[in-house]
Amino acid sequence: MSAEAVVEVRGLVKRFGDLEVLKGIDLKVREGETVVLLGVSGSGKSTLLRCINFMETPTEGRVFESGKLVGTEKNGRMVYRERELCALRTRIGMVFQHFNLFPHMTALQNVMEGQTTVLRESREAAEKNAIEQLRRVGLEDKAFEYPARLSGGQKQRVAIARALSMNPRVMLFDEVTSALDPELVGEVLKAIRQLADEGMTMIIVTHELGFAYHVADRVLFLDGGEIIEQGPPAEILVKPETRRAKEFLEGHSLFKLPD
Amino acid sequence: MNYQWDFQTVWENFDVLWIGLIGTLKIFSVTVVLGLFGGLIVGMGRYARPIWIRGPASIFVEFFRNTPVLVQIIWFYFALPILVPINVSPFLAAVLGISLNTAAFSAEIYRGGIQSIEPGQWEAAKAIGMNYAQTMRRIILPQAIKRMLPPLTNRGIEAFKMSTLASVVAYVETLNQAKLIASLNFNPIETYSVVAFAFFVILYPLVQATYVLERMFGKSD
Repeated sequence: MSAEAVVEVRGLVKRFGDLEVLKGIDLKVREGETVVLLGVSGSGKSTLLRCINFMETPTEGRVFESGKLVGTEKNGRMVYRERELCALRTRIGMVFQHFNLFPHMTALQNVMEGQTTVLRESREAAEKNAIEQLRRVGLEDKAFEYPARLSGGQKQRVAIARALSMNPRVMLFDEVTSALDPELVGEVLKAIRQLADEGMTMIIVTHELGFAYHVADRVLFLDGGEIIEQGPPAEILVKPETRRAKEFLEGHSLFKLPD
Repeated sequence: MNYQWDFQTVWENFDVLWIGLIGTLKIFSVTVVLGLFGGLIVGMGRYARPIWIRGPASIFVEFFRNTPVLVQIIWFYFALPILVPINVSPFLAAVLGISLNTAAFSAEIYRGGIQSIEPGQWEAAKAIGMNYAQTMRRIILPQAIKRMLPPLTNRGIEAFKMSTLASVVAYVETLNQAKLIASLNFNPIETYSVVAFAFFVILYPLVQATYVLERMFGKSD
């Protein structure tokens, strides 16, 4: 594991009108690291994720990608160019809670789209890579199906393949199993876990504590827009120090700590 | 029911009706193109952020949606030449009235079609690095057009039928010619029956063609 931070945020603040969702977050994610963000809804974990690939523009603070500052500073304020952000997003993959597959395209076309339209790769190269990515999530036999004919778990795995097809340096997962039927959660988590084993750098927002326990290198606990606790899952999930973290874990009665 | 139907006099004057049909097709082809393209521009305008684009576009839509086309055509023909020094032909007056009305209604179809696409589609496109134009062209419009096709077909049908309103300023189209035949031969019932049938014969295949288009767009369902 190298020391270089793939993603770093410093003093990140996000306000929606009067509402301050993030109150100065500092976070460094090293190459190959899997970071899991936990917290009750409204704690700011999704917003933090969305600020990293600029789906939301941070109100204050800096974001660095592979050591490079995103945007330029002008009179003490950050200015972001659309072109720079589009390029940045090709290097930061994101998977959403509701899959958001393109319904007018087959699974294969979904995975090819970013490569051909954004990266301007040839159809042949894009198709070859797309099939490879679909194989990676175990769906090469569904390549020619439209999303309407796929199950929720399959859709989400296609969405993962679509993000992977851009060959990103880091992957962001925003509650990707929350909209799935319980019996379909496993196949998606398995695909993510496999990525972790392959050494992919990942930041994951999830409510699956068992999964967090097994896959995370580090767990961050967010509350009221601040990181109140962080560390290895065996410490944070087993003996949390803060009252808020304890309450949160007790609320998830399904999570049984391993002995 | 002892009315004696007599289509003989209509067929004898079919060349008069034929000239009218040509006029109808002429005005339809111009108004449907101007109306649907104008509507696309106005619809995008209503979707734009700056108020100086959005404002006038909204006023345009509301004004032309809520005034009768017949009155507009008469107004363009008689009142417009008083206000601006141009010669307004019956054709121009009718084209203005029908095109602007079609544009106003179709603008709402375009705007609604684009807005009906889930925000998640914009997000997913953004997340793989697409810019606004790429997202619109590759992701949003292909889905939106599929939803817009049935209401746009309706606008096309309406534009075709509205062409008969051009007869009010004596433009030579089907209804105008039918009036002529009817008044010369005292056979309005037969003449207008033929006119109605002629409209059906032209419109029905056109509508069928759009169903084929809809199926082509709908293959992913």
